[in-house]
Amino acid sequence: MSLGPDDVKSIAHLARLEIDEKNIEEYANSLSSILDLVEEMNAVDTAGIKPMAHPMNVSQRLRADEVLEVNQREIFQKIAPKVKDGLYLVPQVIE
Amino acid sequence: MEWETVIGLEIHTQLRTKSKIFSSASTAFGAEPNTQACAVDLGLPGVLPVVNAEAIRMATKFGLATGSAICKHSVFARKNYFYPDSPKGYQISQMELPIVGEGAIDIELEDGTKKTIGITRAHLEEDAGKSLHEDYQGMTGIDLNRAGTPLLEIVSEPDMRSAKEAVAYMKKIHSLVQYIEISDGNMAESSFRCDANVSVRPKGQKEYGTRAELKNINSFRFVERAINLEIERQIDVIEDGGKVVQETRLYDADKHETRSMRSKEEANDYRYFPDPDLLPVVFDDAYIEEIRKTLPELPDEKTARFVSDLGLSEYDAGILTASRELADFFEAVIGQSVDAKLTANWIIGDVSARLNKEDLTIAECPVSSKLLAGMLKRIEDNTISGKIAKDVFNGMWNGEGDADTVIDKKGLKQITDDSAIEAIIDEVIANSPDQLEQYRSGKDKLFGYFVGQVMKASQGKANPAQVNQMLKDKLS
Repeated sequence: MSLGPDDVKSIAHLARLEIDEKNIEEYANSLSSILDLVEEMNAVDTAGIKPMAHPMNVSQRLRADEVLEVNQREIFQKIAPKVKDGLYLVPQVIE
Repeated sequence: MEWETVIGLEIHTQLRTKSKIFSSASTAFGAEPNTQACAVDLGLPGVLPVVNAEAIRMATKFGLATGSAICKHSVFARKNYFYPDSPKGYQISQMELPIVGEGAIDIELEDGTKKTIGITRAHLEEDAGKSLHEDYQGMTGIDLNRAGTPLLEIVSEPDMRSAKEAVAYMKKIHSLVQYIEISDGNMAESSFRCDANVSVRPKGQKEYGTRAELKNINSFRFVERAINLEIERQIDVIEDGGKVVQETRLYDADKHETRSMRSKEEANDYRYFPDPDLLPVVFDDAYIEEIRKTLPELPDEKTARFVSDLGLSEYDAGILTASRELADFFEAVIGQSVDAKLTANWIIGDVSARLNKEDLTIAECPVSSKLLAGMLKRIEDNTISGKIAKDVFNGMWNGEGDADTVIDKKGLKQITDDSAIEAIIDEVIANSPDQLEQYRSGKDKLFGYFVGQVMKASQGKANPAQVNQMLKDKLS
């Protein structure tokens, strides 16, 4: 399966990655070769094998419903570019 | 052309856990911004989500209450999108293996008939934070306290055919999640909100029309209005020769319109995949049976019991069981050996009317179940008439004490002594010679006049049944 330049652009846009026009062909080739590998694995007969959601065959440990976190806003907000009235400020989001 | 509407709802109900679904931060409402957003909620590097056992239990409980399939091996997935109220760049949700599978719930329509609405699935996910668009000079303020709050998203089949059916379904789910104590259902705090998928098609056509999704509606009234507006809009578009496009629309209550947010196929490509930070949630039948034991009597079961055991009408039983608090109040009153029908009439009538007027819930009712029972007993033993009881009820509402105290203080005790009533009747008859003559010459309607006069003369305290009987004897 091979990806074209438009696929690469659209994937980059969804991931909010800025990419250089001159690298697109290379990315297309690399990504396509990953898909080729998947294609190759698809040829293996997996009939009757249950798909796994995780490489380790173990299940999730659950946590008791307790509030253990304390307010650390001041520490967290030290690394934020901009805050006001306890809020994180971000470039305006227009719906 | 005749059109048919097709509606499916996605209801987001906030689970009433103390801590978040993947972190130990508090979910309490109304805290100072970002004081309940910990490193996990902020999506800082190196953190790991750990699933809250209570969220799993509550979701399972919902599945059991709706007779749904429970998935004993469910998987969390990442739903990828960028928005500043979701700092990780993805929302942890469930895609292919949700915890609750297919089920169904019955709704009652206005004409009294029942309709079964299919539940496609219900999955667990985390809520996003809140964006504040005003007041920050060209910037958006983000409060992440709500980020990571557990939500159960309940997805219905496209089984509803009108806005009214959608509202009935939403109310039913709203009542259920409170009955089984998995959500406080507080719509003002956004603990219960829905997205509506709406489409229209020519009546008789099998294929669905193209749907639009109405986002984030948080009141029953708005759901009905928004859906009806959208139906009109879609029919107009088609009748003008246009095509409905698949998109997300926002209902604006102030302008009373729905408007496009963004075109769905373009912007939304969520690229779901299993979250590698989380393992599958696995449990056995024993766990499910433990939870089944904690299920209370459900609204439909309660309604059926009120009808069969207490002799209430289906309609009255439906009103009383619509909320668990109201049903509990009713049962507390009849638990003090008061007649069920009398109690139902009072709660549905005077009590509810007064609560509505003062904008109070049954939990805030100043007249406790004990006080109300005390008063109803005085109606039953003929100490007061139903009419006088309204005064007694007002007295209790205003904190003047229990029924006996109010009756005593205001001298409201009913007159049941035959000779006392007879004396009043004789006086009324003596003072109304003209009416008496007309009545005796065949003007039967004047009987009501005499009853009225006697009641008036007794200040409403004479027992109406006795007055009727004795007047009949006297006048004949």
